[in-house]
Amino acid sequence: MRYERALLGLVGLAGFGAVLEVAPRIGLVPARYAPPSSRIVAALADEAGQARFWTAVLETLRSWATGLAIAVAAGVALGVLIGSVPVLREATASTIEFLRPIPSVALIPLVVVLYNPVRSTLVLVVYAAFWQVLVQVLHGVADVDPVARDTAHAYRFGRWTRVRYLVWPTALPYAVTGVRLAASVALILAVTGELIIGAPGLGQEIAVAQASDSVPQMYALVVTTGLIGLAANLVTRAGERLVLAWHPAVRREVLT
Amino acid sequence: MLEVNALRKVYDGHGRRVEAIADLTFSVGEGEFACVVGPSGCGKTTLLKCIAGLLAPTSGEARIDGTPVTGPPTGLAVVFQEYGRSLFPWLRARDNVELPLRAAGLPRRTRHGLVEEALRAVGLGDVHGAYPWQLSGGMQQRVAIARAIAYGPRVLLMDEPFAAVDAQTRADLEDLIRSVWQRLGVTLLFVTHDIDESVYLGQRVIVLSAAPTRVAEDIAIDLPAARDQLTTRGDPRFAELRGQIYAQIQKAKHGSTR
Amino acid sequence: MTSALRRAAALLTVPVLLVALWWYSSANSTDFYRPPLSRILVAFRETWFGARLADDVLPSLTRLLLGYAAALLLGVAVGVAVGTSYRLRALVEPILEFLRAIPPPVLVPIIMLVAGIGDLMKVIVIVSGCVWPILLNTVEGVRNVDEILADTCRSYRVRGMARLRHLVLRSASPQIVTGARQALSIGIILMVISEMFAASSGLGFTVVQFQRGFAIPQMWSGVLLLGLLGVLLSLLFRLAERRILRWYHGIRAIEREP
Repeated sequence: MRYERALLGLVGLAGFGAVLEVAPRIGLVPARYAPPSSRIVAALADEAGQARFWTAVLETLRSWATGLAIAVAAGVALGVLIGSVPVLREATASTIEFLRPIPSVALIPLVVVLYNPVRSTLVLVVYAAFWQVLVQVLHGVADVDPVARDTAHAYRFGRWTRVRYLVWPTALPYAVTGVRLAASVALILAVTGELIIGAPGLGQEIAVAQASDSVPQMYALVVTTGLIGLAANLVTRAGERLVLAWHPAVRREVLT
Repeated sequence: MLEVNALRKVYDGHGRRVEAIADLTFSVGEGEFACVVGPSGCGKTTLLKCIAGLLAPTSGEARIDGTPVTGPPTGLAVVFQEYGRSLFPWLRARDNVELPLRAAGLPRRTRHGLVEEALRAVGLGDVHGAYPWQLSGGMQQRVAIARAIAYGPRVLLMDEPFAAVDAQTRADLEDLIRSVWQRLGVTLLFVTHDIDESVYLGQRVIVLSAAPTRVAEDIAIDLPAARDQLTTRGDPRFAELRGQIYAQIQKAKHGSTR
Repeated sequence: MTSALRRAAALLTVPVLLVALWWYSSANSTDFYRPPLSRILVAFRETWFGARLADDVLPSLTRLLLGYAAALLLGVAVGVAVGTSYRLRALVEPILEFLRAIPPPVLVPIIMLVAGIGDLMKVIVIVSGCVWPILLNTVEGVRNVDEILADTCRSYRVRGMARLRHLVLRSASPQIVTGARQALSIGIILMVISEMFAASSGLGFTVVQFQRGFAIPQMWSGVLLLGLLGVLLSLLFRLAERRILRWYHGIRAIEREP
């Protein structure tokens, strides 16, 4: 069963590659717009031999990871704080509901005039990723079992003990889900910043390839961002499973 | 009407073979109320799924009106044990009852008449607009029974339908099922693990052995047709039949461990 | 009465404080890039309550809605197909995993090659980004259809379109809605980005024009408008969700009761 599944998956990938190879060659799609997959792979191999490419990959990874780290730290800290103080929770609910749906790209013109490109991109990444984490953590904190909460009160746990042994374990799975969602949004904003504002990284390389009309190279770079995204998904999902394995209840993304 | 011939079901999976049903043969006559009891894990649900056409037997067959069952047959309705999972939570009670009729392409007026009648028959005249999860367990199972009634089946299969409700509700639902059966004249196969329930409800009790399952005994229940929770259960004959079935099941259990 | 007052206070205090803080701290601002809020608001009225509403705001929203609707149809249709068939799922899962991992904005240059820089390009960009969360969540939702509900449908012969409508889509709907919510925020991002790239009208285009022309209060007002649109759309989404998932939230509310 498992082998069959893996085999079918490989067949699917091979078929997908074959279609992309054959379609431009037999003129189904113009080769100028959609180079055959072999040429994309060749372009990717060519890129991989250049230091410039790896610098770009590292730049993208760096702004992604830095932004994500800041967003997660801030989201978790504020989430636990706001979530465990009822007054704060009530007072900030409307503000959070209002600020969260503001599309981060709306801030692009603003950060462009205020900061340099690298800083601008970082602000976008942090802004977009922060809400994902914050909202999940808030839901997690709200999910603390009322009986457990009463027990903690009855035994006169201090605030810190309560957070450490009651609130945090409940909120953790939610937080990990938040990190997973934030990671993919952060990557989107990182490349967007590079593509549009011109911060160094893969996005900028794609813009350069587009301007110089080197189509296979452009595809190769897009594939690279896809591979990075894939790796990020796999890592965050593995992390999520690791954390969830400790928990009896398997959490779903909360519907708000 | 309903025949089960040399039915056998073996589950194969993960390198393990489990023989759930070894060899079952019995038949239920038109309009008869038959109960199936057996020790837990004896493949009662498997049997029911084979008759309902939800599961293909490994060998042998079930026949309804002489036609072998290959898929869910027409004119057959099932009431499952898990009422909470057999009602559509996104449909109101009345729409749950109506859905099979709608899928069958009945005109709207006919549908509404049938739904109305069925809900009244199970004593739910006033909760049409409620969602299943707003109702108590007993009421949910009533909606499921109403759905089966409205469908107008010739054969009704019930899989431990009252196993998950409290004792009081259970007694009410037992009487409800008796009256529904008497009024509609359906052929009813009622699976349960509760010996008292099988004696109280059925005209006949088919006792199954432990897995691999066979028919251990087929007992006619010669209690009067008009049954009542107090007098029927107080009848010495009731105790006698119950004792007889209990002994059979004990024998079936020990027979399998030998 | 007092509880309503309290709620209103909780709702409004912080937002009012924040706006007041912005108003007073920027009132005497001489920083070219940080104009007083009062000037931004004046610019807001002058800029957006006029021809621009029809020339920029409406085209942007139309493209967004077209792309979003197409992504919903496509994502749910393909998601149902993939979720229903084990083989198809095994076949395409790795491809889907890869395609959805590509950050959608990098597709803009590629889609520009094929579809030029007109409305079609922008709609395709929006579809290409929105479709993945919807598709993958639909697959997940369709896979998790309750077994007993599926059996119920089979034995009551609810099949084909009725089954799709009343069983598959409804039981997947909480997941589909989750996907649709993620897709909406991606859609707004892509609406703006596609217009920043190449356009002669639209919100993203206009805001960037303001920025390049150093019309700073107008630029701020554009940012404000984009934010308000995001909030408005998410409110509309919530209203729709409340209608579609009433049953789901009802069950959750009951489960949460002690």
